[in-house]
Amino acid sequence: MIRFDDVTVTYPDAEAPAITGATFEIPEGELVLVIGSTGAGKSTILKSINGLVPHFTGGDFSGRVTVDGRDTRTSPPREMADLVGYVGQDPVAGFVTDTVEDELAYGMESLGVAPDVMRRRVEEALDLLGLAHLRDRPLLSLSGGEQQRVAIGSVLTVHPRVLVLDEPTSALDPPAADEVLAALSRLVHDLGMTVVIAEHRLERVVQYADRVVLIQDNQIVTGAPADVLATSPVVPPVVELGRLARWSPLPLTIRDARRAAIELRGRLAASTWRGGDSPSATQVAGAVTDLVPSYDGVPALRKVSLDVRRGEVVAVMGRNGAGKSTLLASLAGLRKPAAGTIFLAAGIGLVPQEPGDLLWAQTVAAECRDADRDAGAADGTTRALLAELSPGIPDLQHPRDLSEGQRLALVLAIVLARRPGLLALDEPTRGLDYATKRRLIATIARLAAGGCGVLIATHDVELVAEVAHRMVVLADGEVVSNGPARDVALTSPVFAPQIAKVLAPLPFLTVGEVKRGLAAAG
Amino acid sequence: MTHRLPRLLHPGAWWLWATTLAIAASRTTNPLLLVAIIAITGYVVASRRPASPWSASYAMFLTIGLVCIGVRLTLFALVGGAPGTHILVRLPVVPLPHWMAGVRLGGPITAEGLAASAYDGLRLGVILCCIGAANALTSPRRLLKSLPGALYEAGVAVTVALAFAPQAVAAVGRLRAARRIRGRHDRGVRRIRGLAIPVLEGALDRSVDLAAAMDARGFGRNGAATQRVRRTTAALTLAGLLAMVASTYGLVARSAPAGLGVPLLVGGAALTAAGFIVGAKRGGRTRYRPDPWRLPEWLVALTGIAAATGVLLGPARELWPSTYPLVAPPLPAVPFLALLVAVLPAWIAPPLPRVRAAGSTTAARSVGSRQAVRVAS
Repeated sequence: MIRFDDVTVTYPDAEAPAITGATFEIPEGELVLVIGSTGAGKSTILKSINGLVPHFTGGDFSGRVTVDGRDTRTSPPREMADLVGYVGQDPVAGFVTDTVEDELAYGMESLGVAPDVMRRRVEEALDLLGLAHLRDRPLLSLSGGEQQRVAIGSVLTVHPRVLVLDEPTSALDPPAADEVLAALSRLVHDLGMTVVIAEHRLERVVQYADRVVLIQDNQIVTGAPADVLATSPVVPPVVELGRLARWSPLPLTIRDARRAAIELRGRLAASTWRGGDSPSATQVAGAVTDLVPSYDGVPALRKVSLDVRRGEVVAVMGRNGAGKSTLLASLAGLRKPAAGTIFLAAGIGLVPQEPGDLLWAQTVAAECRDADRDAGAADGTTRALLAELSPGIPDLQHPRDLSEGQRLALVLAIVLARRPGLLALDEPTRGLDYATKRRLIATIARLAAGGCGVLIATHDVELVAEVAHRMVVLADGEVVSNGPARDVALTSPVFAPQIAKVLAPLPFLTVGEVKRGLAAAG
Repeated sequence: MTHRLPRLLHPGAWWLWATTLAIAASRTTNPLLLVAIIAITGYVVASRRPASPWSASYAMFLTIGLVCIGVRLTLFALVGGAPGTHILVRLPVVPLPHWMAGVRLGGPITAEGLAASAYDGLRLGVILCCIGAANALTSPRRLLKSLPGALYEAGVAVTVALAFAPQAVAAVGRLRAARRIRGRHDRGVRRIRGLAIPVLEGALDRSVDLAAAMDARGFGRNGAATQRVRRTTAALTLAGLLAMVASTYGLVARSAPAGLGVPLLVGGAALTAAGFIVGAKRGGRTRYRPDPWRLPEWLVALTGIAAATGVLLGPARELWPSTYPLVAPPLPAVPFLALLVAVLPAWIAPPLPRVRAAGSTTAARSVGSRQAVRVAS
């Protein structure tokens, strides 16, 4: 269905090609997962399928991409629109109209589909993606998961043979992500559509994949998921566990891993290791009491009380719109409380969902200088912090050209220059690959060990399992659970990380803990 | 009469109705007729405006209209210049240098002059009211959706531009939050520069993203007309619109030559229509659930046209009541009765659809997420 023939792409002003000599084939009716580290060229591969590369991005393009026999060199994206549906990383950026129904119809209008057919297809798409109750709603009033489903629906209505999605679940809470992935897998199985997905959070998608395309060091490996993941540098925790325990074939799903883990569970049950110790400090770094942030209409939080001790890492979870971001914003003083009190022992540093919002200088060096001045810190403080968090970023780089991980490091350095007693992170792992995530986890652990309180709003259960001491679950603006992360994670199927699901009822959350447990078992 | 399902009237019908009323208003200074037009538009808006953010625009335009009258009266009081014998008050005359000999600042204010400028201000205010009524009755986006094919590209450009404003507001909010987070307290030019550059950069990035998304979804794929058709369309439409703009001068200004008003308007409309017909032929695009144009639309448009015609037919003496000598304005029978026809859309237009009640939990959740987005994303 899709054939890449020795494709090399070099973007304008880039020194090295984004992808080199890519040659592979994707058969019809498969769900294909494109994986690789940040900057490996996943988005370039995806954009080449409908011709956005090179027609829209410019640059040097050699080789040939054909979809259903149509060559992207001669067919620009608009001529591929009936064949390939493309949904970019940020669904909102791709919305052309302003209500759900109009957005679903837009593509068909451009292709000149007959009005009665359009009407029927819109109704079908509304049902298929569970959007019927939202049909008149403005797009900007929808939650992230709903927006993502509208974006998928808006390309589905033209009945493409191929659907291409760039990180469709990265902004979604676990249930919303499952919703989107279930819809995609239904498209593959019921309609025989070919679906190509790039995704960092492999733990969510790999069980749906029929084939994996791995981009690594300019090499492209394709094959069955189990074969490719056996050697891949990016793997979900369950595969990491499988590698550690030397299971063969490598399990990709929780079910397979549980079956393979009977012997491992026996060994771990005999282990003396029973969880790490939580911080003993009792000094509060930041707290809210009976907080109701200012609102109009519906309060985002309803009398929430929560405290973060020094040295403690607290994760706030809950579905999109549960009030996580509002809690962080209120703590940072961006929202005035309508009721309740906010206490901060030594200030707060907030890293917002879009870290790029905090960057406005032209170079990294200028950004660091500004941050020193804003924070009243000694010259070079921010630069030194940055060098510690992410070494090797050149001074004259434009902040826009940094990778996701580097940008996050720069924003962290800027925020930390103010020496806050509490660090608040809003969705910090969005768009990060596993290696960058590991570095972030190490940074958070180090800051906490240094006595900083850390509050993380996230959907990433694996991050929580790695780093959080306590987990708070918000629903509709109320705290529905608040306890040690291990207890909450082990008792809730939604918030349990993969390792916990495989090893339940044993209290292991991460592969690192399993290693320690095995070591303690001798 | 058959059962009438609730639906929104075609935006074009409302605009025709409002424009014809505005034309009627522009052809008279009789305060009785002008006040009648305000009452008519006010009543129709009150009974047929949908619950949308735009529906408040009638009150807004009404306020602007009142300001117009106020400004007109103030200017008259200061500069004066109209003839009259009934002096109400005498303001002190401000001496001006001799090279401004024709201008007089201050001096007597006459009842005649005051009435003349009040009539004039009222006329402008009522025209604004009519535009406000059209805005309140239809959303500008629905009007753009109903634009004829020849204006499609222009419509897209306006739609994209309309989306810029709320996005820019959101971006400014995010940037101000970011500055608070970084603890920066700039003032003045530095602060504006610090906000403006990232907002514009963001808008530029977004427009590139949007262009890519539109291209990927087939925008401009079938719209390729031959160059000749494109040029004919553009020439006809442009000439027609220009003629119509020129005709408004002829219609509004009493001193304009007689041939300038109605003939230019009709000719311009014909040219534009021809342009639309030629432009529509290239096809290739279809429209999802277009607003239908049925009997109520025809009737609403006709009531407007009838009202305007009635006013245009009125005797000039009654349409432009004398202010020198000052007389009580007469009530012209034909124009007044014709205007009353224009209130009928309050019943002719189909009843408004009730806004679908969203499930309470979804609504609550969406509001929560919207607030979260506004603050932190």
